Amino acid sequence: MSTTTSSAVRAAGGDVLRRALPPVLLGVVGLAAWQALVVAADVPPFLLPSPTAIVEQLVEVGPLVLEASLATGANVLVGTLLGAVVAVLAALLAARSRPVDAVLSPTAAAIAVLPIVALAPVLNTMFGTTTTTPRRLVVAAVVFAPVFVTTLRGLRQVLPVHRELLRSYAATPAQLARTVTIPGALPYLFTGLRIASSTGVIAAVVAEYFGGLQDGLGSRITSAAANSAYPRAWAFVVGAILLGLAVYLLTLAAERLVARRQGL
Amino acid sequence: MRSIPVPTGSRSGSTTSAVAPAAGAPRPGPAAAVRAVGVHKRFRTRAGVVTALQDVHLEVAAGEFVSLIGPSGCGKSTLLRLVADLEEPTSGELSVFGKAPRVAREAQDYGIAFQQAGLLPWRSVRGNVELPLELHGVGRRERAGRARELLALVGLSDFADHTPAQLSGGMQQRVAIARALAERPSLLLMDEPFGALDEMTRERMQTELVRICAESGAAVVFVTHSIPEAVFLSDRVVVMSPRPGRISAVVPIRLPGTGERTEGLREDAAFFAAVTAVREALHGGAAGTPAVAAPETAAGAPRGVDLR
Amino acid sequence: MSGVRAGLRRAGVALVALLVALVLWEVVKAVVPDTGVHLGTASLLPRTDDRAMPHVWDVLARLGEAESGARDAPTVLAATLSAAVFTLGIALVGWALGVVGGLLLAVLMQRWRVAEHAVLPWVVLSQTVPLVALAPLVVGWGGRLELGPLQWERWMSVALIASYLAFFPVAVGALRGLQSPTAAQVELFRAQAAGWGRTLVSLRLPAAVPHLLPALRLGAATAVVGAIVAEVSTGTRGGIGRLVVSYAQAASGDPAKPWAALLGAAVLGLVAAGVVGLLGLVLRRYRTAEVS
Repeated sequence: MSTTTSSAVRAAGGDVLRRALPPVLLGVVGLAAWQALVVAADVPPFLLPSPTAIVEQLVEVGPLVLEASLATGANVLVGTLLGAVVAVLAALLAARSRPVDAVLSPTAAAIAVLPIVALAPVLNTMFGTTTTTPRRLVVAAVVFAPVFVTTLRGLRQVLPVHRELLRSYAATPAQLARTVTIPGALPYLFTGLRIASSTGVIAAVVAEYFGGLQDGLGSRITSAAANSAYPRAWAFVVGAILLGLAVYLLTLAAERLVARRQGL
Repeated sequence: MRSIPVPTGSRSGSTTSAVAPAAGAPRPGPAAAVRAVGVHKRFRTRAGVVTALQDVHLEVAAGEFVSLIGPSGCGKSTLLRLVADLEEPTSGELSVFGKAPRVAREAQDYGIAFQQAGLLPWRSVRGNVELPLELHGVGRRERAGRARELLALVGLSDFADHTPAQLSGGMQQRVAIARALAERPSLLLMDEPFGALDEMTRERMQTELVRICAESGAAVVFVTHSIPEAVFLSDRVVVMSPRPGRISAVVPIRLPGTGERTEGLREDAAFFAAVTAVREALHGGAAGTPAVAAPETAAGAPRGVDLR
Repeated sequence: MSGVRAGLRRAGVALVALLVALVLWEVVKAVVPDTGVHLGTASLLPRTDDRAMPHVWDVLARLGEAESGARDAPTVLAATLSAAVFTLGIALVGWALGVVGGLLLAVLMQRWRVAEHAVLPWVVLSQTVPLVALAPLVVGWGGRLELGPLQWERWMSVALIASYLAFFPVAVGALRGLQSPTAAQVELFRAQAAGWGRTLVSLRLPAAVPHLLPALRLGAATAVVGAIVAEVSTGTRGGIGRLVVSYAQAASGDPAKPWAALLGAAVLGLVAAGVVGLLGLVLRRYRTAEVS
């Protein structure tokens, strides 16, 4: 038993190496080509600054990048939680009642194709430009649709054999929900959350382009670009990329954890 | 036709009966595990009304093992689901230990296993076996003890903390059987529980089921489409035919020698004779004649002579 | 026929949902105090005076009035619609570019395993990071870049960003679709000595449709968002993004105006999704069950 496990681990390790090598290689080659192109062709910074120039700026304004990332990250976190809670409640309602579903499902489908960020300016008017609330609401609205759709799908996923089994046990509706429906829907909820969180980060950054507080990554990028400080703007873009990665990894880990606990 | 005595009198509406209860009808003797009298079941489908069961009469005694066999569409699963109160009969009388099926279901008089094991993937093997006990408010300690007994009974003591995904199909089905036995039911309803297993696993599971039934003393209604399986397991094999679904023959299985169902039985001449009898009942039943006795010209014996 | 009736019923339900939302709007406006509700510095409920939340009928009325005091100013409705059409055009150009690029990359990744191993992780990662943050930077190219005789114009930056956003979901969805045929299907083609190209056209592309359609729809939605955001950061005139911002700046004196621009943006998103929906109608033979 133990030998097969350890050899499996070793094989998996080799597999990871074999699978990680091509993308890493491509990344390194890409970066080198970028640097060479910028230096050799003397590309002006407004078009494309060199990686080294960006890293230089990143070191110089590092604390500022971190601060801006935290401000935007807080908007992502609060907005995502808010949107997810509303979406789960709505999905629970829609799963129970057909008329509610008939109203909510097309609404969610419509919201999914609307350019929600365009709401940012009017929300600024409604809530004031000195508060983060408009941005968080934009994130929540963007997160709502995917979480609602996947959670509802999960709630509908009950296998007939499980439903009949619980009927043969004369289980109450509450018992059915507690032992079968909700545990079965959890992995779907977390998958939806992972998909939604990426769009949430994008929405949080982009909402800042529409004015309001000047503390986040989006505002910093625009103001640096407006001042022709292109490598600095790129440094904040790197911050946004790292924030996106962090949020993605966080939600991915949560999804995996839930899936493993569910034995899937 | 006799009315079904209902224990409390307040829930008699659960079986839809075309027959008015005859006042003062004689009480039946000790309650049979299952009694069906003139049961009809019709489904309304897009293609029209389909008669799934027509005029079914069947009695399964306490502790008896009865198999329902027949081609697909003969209503064998429907009959089982009526007994389990997963569906309601269109007309006729159906009782489980003298109670209406719904009352029997609510009292947990039966355990059930389906073709799919239907384990909850997020619960451990132990958690799955404990599920019915948990739903009916059995205390934690008692649950754990009962789960330990049951897993020992099905030979899975070492797998209590595994998740279902880590088990083979046969092992999952054994967990499902343990779960069906959790509340010591005196009736087991099994809907092709071994249908998805390979032949070798299947025979092993059959041998185990014989042992488990002997230990628990429960009556069993077992739906299958395998003739040897039905013969090996059953005291009686109920042969059904389709369009409309009805019982065309009942073949009692008499065992040779000591009457024990062991692996040796599978190679016994009496076993083959019983298999032949059920097969002929199945084929005769398809033509619509209630065949019980096998016509001498039908099977392979004369041809064997020709070949020589 | 039943499809038509189901469509009508869905449209009716959508109308009801919209009406409920509008009634809710007026209720909030009536119930919540004019100054909103604050908890510390965070504002929990919006200001509800006529400046922050105009009456529904005021917004509708504003649509029919002239955009500005100028003599030949168009109505707000006309201005909004023409802006929406302008942005829709750019978004569709970007979307088409992104779809072509995404499809080509997907075919490349399907053909060569190494390409998939090297590129796919980057594509997946790119979807998880806010690359649209680059918009203000790409915008700087406008009027300053020349590619031979071609002058790089601002709307091209906008279309480029839109195509960039549409590209990633299409590449991932198309690859998944191209890889969706079962081993038995692929082996059937091999047994009949069909080459890679034949297998692509007769098996992989048709099989990819159910995966591709949701990706195309998502791509259209992100292309619209990309176009609007890019317009805002470029200050490209003529589009709905610019209109949203400039009407919002007029909010203090003309509170109904920004909402009119929002209506335009909403219509734009729905129309873009509808265009892709038409594509689904054309391909409905291959559309057994959609996989998202």
